[in-house]
Formats: sequence, structure tokens, C-alpha cells
Amino acid sequence: MPAKGYIDVNELYCKACKLCVTDCPFDVLALDMERLTPKGYHPAYMINPEACTGCGICATVCPDVAITVYRYERHKTEA
Amino acid sequence: MVLTDVPTKIVYERPESLDPRVTHYCPGCTHGVAHRLVAEVLEEMGEIENTIGVAPVGCSVFAYNYFDFDFVEASHGRAPAMATGIKRVLPDCIVFTYQGDGDLASIGMGEIVGAASRGELITVVFINNANYGMTGGQMAPTTLPGQKTTSSPTGRDVNRQGYPIQTAELLSTLEGSAYIVRRSLHSVREIRQAKKAIRTAFEVQKHGLGFSLVELLSTCPTNWGLTPVEARDWIEERMIPVFPLGDYKISPAVADLKI
Amino acid sequence: MAKELIKGNTAVAEAALRAGLQAYFGYPITPQTELLEHLSARMPELGRAFVQAESELGAINMVYGAACTGKRVMTSSSSPGVSLMMEGLSYIAGTEVPAVLVDVVRGGPGLGNIAPAQGDYNQIVHGGGHGDYHMIVLAPASVQEAVDLTVLAFDLAEKYRNLVAVLLDGSIGQMMEPAELPPMQPLKQDTPDWAVRGTHGGEKRVLTSINLDPPAQEVMNLRLMKRWQEIEKNEIRYKGYYLDDAEYVVVGFGTAGRISLSAVRAAREKGIKVGLLRPISVAPFPEAIIDELTQRVKAFLVVEMNSGQMLDDVRLVVRGRKPVEFFGRMGGVVPFPDEVLTEIERLVEGPLTTEGHPRNRWLARLTETIG
Repeated sequence: MPAKGYIDVNELYCKACKLCVTDCPFDVLALDMERLTPKGYHPAYMINPEACTGCGICATVCPDVAITVYRYERHKTEA
Repeated sequence: MVLTDVPTKIVYERPESLDPRVTHYCPGCTHGVAHRLVAEVLEEMGEIENTIGVAPVGCSVFAYNYFDFDFVEASHGRAPAMATGIKRVLPDCIVFTYQGDGDLASIGMGEIVGAASRGELITVVFINNANYGMTGGQMAPTTLPGQKTTSSPTGRDVNRQGYPIQTAELLSTLEGSAYIVRRSLHSVREIRQAKKAIRTAFEVQKHGLGFSLVELLSTCPTNWGLTPVEARDWIEERMIPVFPLGDYKISPAVADLKI
Repeated sequence: MAKELIKGNTAVAEAALRAGLQAYFGYPITPQTELLEHLSARMPELGRAFVQAESELGAINMVYGAACTGKRVMTSSSSPGVSLMMEGLSYIAGTEVPAVLVDVVRGGPGLGNIAPAQGDYNQIVHGGGHGDYHMIVLAPASVQEAVDLTVLAFDLAEKYRNLVAVLLDGSIGQMMEPAELPPMQPLKQDTPDWAVRGTHGGEKRVLTSINLDPPAQEVMNLRLMKRWQEIEKNEIRYKGYYLDDAEYVVVGFGTAGRISLSAVRAAREKGIKVGLLRPISVAPFPEAIIDELTQRVKAFLVVEMNSGQMLDDVRLVVRGRKPVEFFGRMGGVVPFPDEVLTEIERLVEGPLTTEGHPRNRWLARLTETIG
């Protein structure tokens, strides 16, 4: 099943509180333990992007308003 | 011609009226959620350019750095009085205060009761996190019986230190109060309810129906000694029994309001 | 306009209204409550803001809020209530917004009494709220002067973005005298470029007194001090009586100055070459004239209705070059002209000294009088 949604975490704001990771109904998110933000946090990221439906729950609970939520759209492009 | 699926449709993005600034709030602190809801509501109402906020003393003392509209800084507890002064001379502006438990329910109790009883046409966003956050976690008027804080280190002893104040209940007894509700920020569902309440509160002001206040149960992971996720559970399990969510005062005029 | 017989408090209230007062926030306290009551009727009549606040704490913070919008705003209180306002005054000063405070002083400290006194001079001129700031303080000695100074207070507050206090002894607030009220001024329509107003397409404005970074706070403090230097240069006000050939000068403000004038006139009748210097601005303090008088007079007599507060400011200027004596009554007791005349005669008889502190000599004499 291809992903219907996509989220972007602004690493300037993310404080690794894990509320989005916990609340995502589809286990899309995790903290990236390999990287640190400029403030020294492990930022949240889509570990499981195919499962994202663009429901927006992560953005709703994020206390730092770090998340932008997208949905996929079908585009016609020249080959 | 090729059909491709691209994630281009923005379903949610950060409100423009929140300054692009990292907040000083702790990880997981729901002040950020409350700020976002206020910004979204005022944007949706088209009132961003017509709003003046009054910042308190507390963790949100620098709230004026995070919203992209006019703000003033009150002394501790006096925000409702400052807001009264502003609204009385600029009645067409939306004027709101954003206050914590010490600011509103301790030092500011005189001012909030005064403003509510006078039916001042201001909106109050009241953040209840059961302690004094900014100063390091002391007991607040909203601290739960038995709750350990830095000034009730063995747990709040109701015999010596009294019982918590239930602000929504208290203010709902005043005739000037038009809309007094308690919501929470500890789950997606509650956050959505909170946004509706904040919207109603500002509409009450816009329609001149009286004093409006939304009490929001909020997390304080740092001073509660819990992770952000655990802190939300603490609201559910410990705070809600003492501070039940609900509508405490809806004046008849507010009940008729169509939003 | 014709003169009318009017009570000080009422006159000040009406004068403020006619000077374009847009908002009044206050709380009842004797002996200034008539001011609040008068405005509680007149402000709503004219569609202007009036709130009897929950306390003086509430009132001063309502003033603070309204002052941030650039509107003409005032509060009034008396000694214990003004003490409650000190935090708010400091915030108003720290945010550099204009506001007017009418302080009708009564006997103290503590609850004291409701009789007239001048015991808050230090509080208003030197102290008050915390931090490095100054209020402009104007001290009328009659109802007419109170009217005129109230109108001036708003102009000065706006000109300098500074607090202005009109310091009335309780007696001035309570007494009835003929006075001419100013004509009704139209309300200001324009908004200062620093005021909060809702952005309406413009830049966001934040009015705060916080400066977490000490160097930034110091820059702000310097700005306040330079402003005070401007005020000291431009806003000194006083009245001199019989000073040209005076050998002795009585210095007194407000009611004490007024009573001293009667004594000075009586002394002149007796051939004593005495004059009166009555500061009208007690902040900024009229140092230059006192310094000039120091060069040519034999001695000063400071008369106040307190324990000698302006006395120290006079002594600071005189710098021990000439004797300075003191006479005061405290606790709401108002001196009679006779008492001051006796003091003038004692001054003339001498011997005088620049040693020791005049307050101690006065206290010894007062102890004999009142036990």
C-alpha cells in the first residue's frame, strides 16, 4: 500500500519529546539516534514512511509546532 | 505523459502568526500546544492584526516573543488588570491574557475575580500545571494533595497547606462570567476540544457577551519528574479527578452563539 | 471661564477630564475619594473609561495597560494606597509609558489617619518603586494651582514618556476654594508610534520592562537617566516671595509653604527681612535657586509637615555653607502660621550653627512642646 501522506520535522524546533512518536497510529515515527539537531536533540523522523496517511495527529500533539503534514497528489508530468 | 504521486498538498503547517523562533519551553511542555491553538484560532477568525496579548510572569513570560502581534508584559498576577485597562480604551481590539497557576490563582486572585465579576470583555487562557514552573517547581494553589513539590517536599499536607483551588468552578459563580470551561492538552482528542473552546472564548469576546476563560490542564514534565509521555498520563490519572473537564459556566447568550 | 467655589479633589478630577483624560482607574481611599466619585459620574457621561478597581494594585495595573496604548490615563490614591501601587509605578517607568498619579497625602506610617501630611515626600521623590527611575513631582499649594498642575502633568508625561505625580497634601484635596477650571480639550486622536494598537498591517510592538541581558538593561537605564537630565534642565518650577532683599529664607512646599507665607508676611510686618521659596516641582528639585540664595542669605528655615524630608535635599544643596534650621509637624498635625513665625524669630535671634543636624534640634524642641 503506497503512502498517502508525508511529514516533515523542522529540526530547529524538534526537542525529541516523543509525543508524536507515541501518538502516531501507524508507527511511522521514531527518534533518529544517529543524528543531533543544533540544540542537541535526536530529532523525530519517518522511520516507516510507507505507513504515513497524512492524518496530522503528530502535528496536533507536537508542542513545538515542528511538523508539516502533506498528502500525496497525483500530478501529470511530461515523460 | 506520466502520472506521479508527490506529497505536495499541505494538510497542516505551522501558523504564520507564530514567530519562527525556537521556544524556551521544556521538551514536551504543552505551553507550545496552547500557543499554537491561540495563534490558529485568531488566524481563523481574522483577528491577528487586531489583537493585543498580555503576557504573565511565569514560564510564559516571553510569550510575546512567540506571537506575531502586539503584546504587553504584566507584573505577576496583574494581567487581568492590564487587559482591563487596554480593553476599556481600545474596545474594538481583541485583548487576552495568558496566565499560569501562580499568576492567576495565587498572587493574581484579586485581579481575576475583579475582572470576571466586572464581566470584562477579555479572554483568559489559563494554563494549569499544578506547580510553579518558572521558579523551579514550588507548590501552587493547584498542586494536588500529597503532591511533592520543592516547597512541599513531603507531599502537600492539606492540614498545613490547604487544598487546591478549582478556578473554573470558582469563577463560574460570578454573574460577569459568560464562558468558563476546563479542557486539557494531554491527548489529540482533548487538544481538539481545547481548540474549540478557545475559539468559543474569543467569539464570546468578539460578540461582547462577557468574561471568558479557558482553563487548560497542561504537562510540566521537568518539575513533575516525568517524561513528556508519562506526564500526559499523570494529567489523565491524577489531575482530572481533582480538576474535572467540562463547561462550568455558559451564559444563555453564549449558549445561543452560533460559531 | 468664571471662578467657582470647588473642592480640591473635585477640581483636580474635572481638570484632568478637561485636559483630555481618556481613562481613570482608581479605588476609594480617604482623603481623595471625591476624585474617584466625581469621575465615576463624569467619565461614563462622556463615554470615557472609568473602573473602580478591586484594589490599588488592580488600579495601577489598569493604568499600566491603558498607558501602553498611548491614551491619557490617570489614577489617584493616598499614602497607603500609593504604597500598594509602587510595583506598578516601577513597571510603568520601566516600560517608559506616560501616566499621571495624583497622591493626596495623609498621616502615617501604616494606616495612620486621614489628616493632611507631607510624610510621603521621600517615597514619591526619592523612592517608590524599585529600580533606577524618577517621577516628575509637582506640589500645588492651592486648588487653582492643583488644577493648573494637573493639566500640565499630562503634557509633561507625554512629552517625556515619564510618570508625573501631582502631590497634594490632604488639605489641598479637601478644601474648597475659588478656582477657574480650564476649557474642555478635545480628546487626542493620534496614537504614538510606540503604542500597542493591534498591528493592522504594521509591525508588531511589544511593551515590556524586561531586559534579561544586563548590558541591555544598562543602556535602558542610561536612557532614563539622560531623560531625567533633560527634565532637570527644562522643568524646574518654584515661586519666590520677598526674596530680593531677604536675609532669611523659609523653604516649604504645598500647604507648609502656604502657611509659611502667612508667617513670612507677618514677620515682614515686624521688620524681619525674610522671604519664602516655595518649590512647585519637588522633582526635579530647584537646586539652582537655592544655591544662588545660599550665596547671599544668612540662614534657611525649612518648614514641612513631616520629619524633615525635603530638608535633606535643601541641606544637600546648601552644603553646610549657611545654617539650615527645621520646623515640622507630623502625623497629620497642620502647623499654624504663628508657630512658623515663632521659628522665624528664633532664627533671627540665633545663635545659629552649621554643626549637627537641624532635625535633632527640632526634635528636642518638639519633645518639649508635645511631650
